[in-house]
Amino acid sequence: MNGRESVLSAIQGALSGVPDSERPDDVPPSTGPRADHAGPDVVGLFAERAAEYRATVVRVPQADAAAAVGRALARTGARSLVVPPGFPEDLLPEGPWSRLADVPPLTVAQLDAAEAVVTTVATAVAVTGTVTLDHGPGQGRRVLTLLPDQHICVVRADQIAPDVPEALRLLDAYRPLTLISGPSATSDIELDRVEGVHGPRTLDIVVVEDA
Amino acid sequence: MSGADNVVWLGTPAFPEAARTALADTRLRANLRRATGTIRDKRLAVAAELDDWEELRDTAAAVKRRTLRHLDHHLLRLEETVTAAGGTVHWAADAAEANAIVTRLVKATGESEVVKVKSMATQEIGLNEALAEAGIRAYETDLAELIVQLAEDRPSHILVPAIHRGRSEIREIFRREMGEWGRPAPEDLTDEPRDLAEAARLHLREKFLRAKVAVSGANFAAADTGTVVVVESEGNGRMCLTLPETLITVMGIEKVLPSFADLDVFLQLLPRSSTGERMNPYTSLWTGVTEGDGPQNFHLVLLDNGRTATLADEVGRQALSCIRCSACLNVCPVYERTGGHAYGSVYPGPIGAVLTPQLVGVKNAASLPFASTLCGACYDACPVKINIPEVLVHLRAEAVEAKRRDRLLPTTEALVMKAAGAVLGSPRRLAAVQRLAALGARLVARDGRIGALPGPVARWSGTRDTPAPARESLRAWWRRTRTPTSEDARTTAEGKVRR
Repeated sequence: MNGRESVLSAIQGALSGVPDSERPDDVPPSTGPRADHAGPDVVGLFAERAAEYRATVVRVPQADAAAAVGRALARTGARSLVVPPGFPEDLLPEGPWSRLADVPPLTVAQLDAAEAVVTTVATAVAVTGTVTLDHGPGQGRRVLTLLPDQHICVVRADQIAPDVPEALRLLDAYRPLTLISGPSATSDIELDRVEGVHGPRTLDIVVVEDA
Repeated sequence: MSGADNVVWLGTPAFPEAARTALADTRLRANLRRATGTIRDKRLAVAAELDDWEELRDTAAAVKRRTLRHLDHHLLRLEETVTAAGGTVHWAADAAEANAIVTRLVKATGESEVVKVKSMATQEIGLNEALAEAGIRAYETDLAELIVQLAEDRPSHILVPAIHRGRSEIREIFRREMGEWGRPAPEDLTDEPRDLAEAARLHLREKFLRAKVAVSGANFAAADTGTVVVVESEGNGRMCLTLPETLITVMGIEKVLPSFADLDVFLQLLPRSSTGERMNPYTSLWTGVTEGDGPQNFHLVLLDNGRTATLADEVGRQALSCIRCSACLNVCPVYERTGGHAYGSVYPGPIGAVLTPQLVGVKNAASLPFASTLCGACYDACPVKINIPEVLVHLRAEAVEAKRRDRLLPTTEALVMKAAGAVLGSPRRLAAVQRLAALGARLVARDGRIGALPGPVARWSGTRDTPAPARESLRAWWRRTRTPTSEDARTTAEGKVRR
C-alpha cells in the first residue's frame, strides 16, 4: 500500500462514526455579515493602523501623489528605484534617482543592490493596517518588493476595505498574494520588537484621496 | 526513524523530573515570566478590540471540527486543485516516509543545501537530521530557529523557539557559531536586539540569494482553490517562498480548510492569538506555480505521522484543530514555571500535553497528560476552543488504564482508590475512618499541619503540607449538638413564625 492509500484508509477508518447522511458541504463557508470593526472613517483608520506598525503614511490629493512618492525617496536618500511594469507614469516624481525596469527581468543581484521599489496595491485593510499585493500590473513580481530596502506603496482611498473578510473577497485566489502589515519585524529576542530583518526595512504608504 | 522518535526527545527525563530541574533555574523562570507576561497583555488588548471575538472563535472551532469529520474529502479536493494549478502532491504516512520524499525531491534538483521557513511539521519529523544523513545541509532562516540551530539546542516554545535565551547568550552563540555555517558575526557585535537581528540579516542574505531549494510548512491550505498560506513576520518566509526554483511544503493533514473564504476567520484569529498583533507583517498565499514569478516547481507533502490515530479518538480529535498560535503556552502557569524543554517534545505547553501523547501513543508520553493543573486558562485562550482540560482528563484515564494493563499486580494508587471507594460508599465506615483519622492525625501533625510522612504516601506528602483533620467530623458534631428533642423542634417553629 502506498502512502496515499494508507493515509486515506486510516482517515476513513478513524471517521467510521460519522454518519453517511452528514455531507461535507452541509455547512456553508464561514463568510457572512459580522460585526463592523472599522467604523465610518475607513481611510483614517487605515492610515492610523498602518502607522502604528511603523509604516510612514501620508494622505494626499491626486495632484500631489507623485510629489509624495518623491518626498518618500528623498527621506531615505534612495538613488535607484525599481518600477514594475504597468506602474502609472503620472505617479513617478522627478528626482535624482535612476529607474530600474523589470523588463527583461532584473537579476537577484540587481534587486539586492536597488535601494527602493514603488508599487500600487490590489487592496488594503483598514482594521489591520494591511496592504495586499496580487503582483499584477503596477505591483511586479513578488521578489521586487522583497529585496530593496525601501518599499513605497501607492494606495487609492477607494481600494481600502474595512476589514479582512471584505479584502479577501476582492482578491483572486489563483494569483500569488502578499499581505504586508508594516515593515519586516522580529520579536524573537526577549520579545523586543525590531524592524527590518529580511524584508524592506522601510515601508512608505501614500494614500491618494479622492479629489 | 519512527514518529515517536521525533515528536518526543528520547532519552530526556519524564516531565516531573525535567520540571524539577527547570524550576531550579531562576534565570529561565525570569525570562519566561517576562516574555509570557508581555505577550499575554498584548493578546488580551487586541482580542478585546473585536466585539465578536467569541463568535469568531465559535466559527473557527465549527469549521475545524467539521473539516476533520470529512478530512478525506477535503484532502482529495486539495490534491486535485493543487495539481490543477501546477503543483505535485505527495502523501506520507509517517516521518520516515515524509523524510524520504523530501530527500528524494532535493536530490533530484542536484542541490546539497536548502533554506527553511520555520515549521513545526518538519521539526516533528526530524527533517533536518534526515537531510544531513543524506548529505544535504538545511539552513533555518527564522531568527529564533537560527539561534536554536546554531546552539545545537532544542526549541522551547511553538512561536518563539528561543524564548529561553537571553540577549547576551544569543550574542555569544552568534559570535561562536556563525562562522561555522557561513558569514561570521561582526567583531564588534553587541547584545542589542537590533544588532543581533542585523547580524542574522547579513548572515542569511547570502544563503537566500543562492538557494535553489526551499522547504516550508503551511499554516493553512484551502481545498477549493489549492491555495497554501504561510504567516510570518521577518520576511525570511517570503525569501524562501519566492527566490528558490523549487519549493517543498510539508503540511500536516489537519491544516486543510474547505474554502479560501474560510481564511478570513483564521487570519483574524491567528495573529491576535499568537503575537498579539492585529496582523502579522507578512502573509504569503500561493496557488500552485505562477509563470515568471517565484518557484517553478512546487511540491506539497501531506503528512499523517500519528494524526489519523488522533482522529480516531472522538474526544482527543479536537486537538487536531490546533492552529499553532501558542496562546495556551503563554497563559499556562505550568509552562511559565517549567519552560518548554521540560515537556520533552517538539510540542510543549498545554497543547503539547494533549497532542504529543496522541501523536506518539499515550504509553510513550505517559507523564504529559499530568503536566497540568487543569486550571482551564488554556481553554479560555484557545482561538479554536480546544477543550484542553477535557482531553487531558481523558488521556489521564487512558494512561492509568495502559499502566494497569501492563501490570500483574494493581498499583498502590489503584488499591488506595478501591479502599476509598469502599469507605465513601458507607456512612458507617466513613464515620469510623474519620474517627481514626482524627486520632492518628493528632499524633503526626505539628501546629495543625501534617508534613512529610514515610511509607506509601511519602511521594505525595513530600511535596505538600496537609491540614490535620478536625478532632470531630461535622456529622459527629451534628449528632452530638443538634439531635432534635421535641423542645428544640417547637422553639424552631415558633422562631420562624415570629420573624
